[in-house]
Amino acid sequence: MHEMSIVQALLDRVEAEAEAHAASAVVVVRVAIGTQSGVEPDLVRSAFDLARAGTRCAEAELVIRSVEAVWACVACARPLAAGERLRCPRCGAPARLASGDEILLERLELEVA
Amino acid sequence: MCEDCGCGDPALVPVEVQESLLAGNDRVARHNREHFLEHGVLALNLMGSPGSGKTALLEATARAHTGLRIAAVSGDLATDRDARRLEAAGIPARSITTGSACHLDAEMVHHALHHQALAGLDVFVVENVGNLVCPAVYDLGQNANVVVLSVTEGEDKPLKYPVMFRKADLVVLTKIDLLPHLDVSRAAIEDALARTMPEPAVIALSAKTGEGVERWVAWLAARHAGLAAGTAAAGS
Repeated sequence: MHEMSIVQALLDRVEAEAEAHAASAVVVVRVAIGTQSGVEPDLVRSAFDLARAGTRCAEAELVIRSVEAVWACVACARPLAAGERLRCPRCGAPARLASGDEILLERLELEVA
Repeated sequence: MCEDCGCGDPALVPVEVQESLLAGNDRVARHNREHFLEHGVLALNLMGSPGSGKTALLEATARAHTGLRIAAVSGDLATDRDARRLEAAGIPARSITTGSACHLDAEMVHHALHHQALAGLDVFVVENVGNLVCPAVYDLGQNANVVVLSVTEGEDKPLKYPVMFRKADLVVLTKIDLLPHLDVSRAAIEDALARTMPEPAVIALSAKTGEGVERWVAWLAARHAGLAAGTAAAGS
């Protein structure tokens, strides 16, 4: 389960921010995960619950924003429906994934005494 | 302290980050990529299911006497069997034993490079852990992702594992000598690929009979030559 390595990277990154802001605790962690990222939000939650003990995230709320995959034509920007062949039916150009592959730490809310 | 009313409660400070959780891996991957390019080495991330024929493909490549100098690292949860098979076929290889890790990351490959001189090589293959899920997430610094898909896996694997196939620069369809014995159509596999890869590139072959291996070897040679041309163009 690679979600554990993703969560470890998340905790390290958050810990560095908490340290830089002299925070006593992390209250909210907001991440965005695309449905085409290869990362499963439910597994991220389980891994987060396991790995956060003893860190400043011990009581933090993890908010995961799921980002739908959007394929669009490179040439004419026409969006393609899910499951379609990834060529623009109008101009024949190969499509590009416009969003949905992100694994992003968006923002934090820190408690600073 | 809360600055609004001085009540003594701790203040909540919002911090905007907007950074990929793979940023650390991607930094090491960039370093690996520079290292490969500096030596004119074509680096491949060879992925696919367990048993899809990744090692057999490399063995067939060695038998084809390509003239390309190839070395490899093989990632497996346990044993160094793949690396030993490659060594026996004439491809210098080491293994990365991952324990319970389901994929290789850029740091593991970086570490492996400390034991593998790139000077004098043309192609360096990272044979990833057999898995259609986790390896797709991690950039290793490769020049191309090659996904090995055997016809025995059925027609719908690309639709079930779209992330892996979306990131493939080439799909090598293996074990085609078995097609007469299976209810599997190549057209259906290629249709599934067209729904996961914007520009599907497929080479069908049998490592056992050698059918189609020459097209894979030609692809390798062309990618390697393209690398040198790209470096020359960038330097001019």
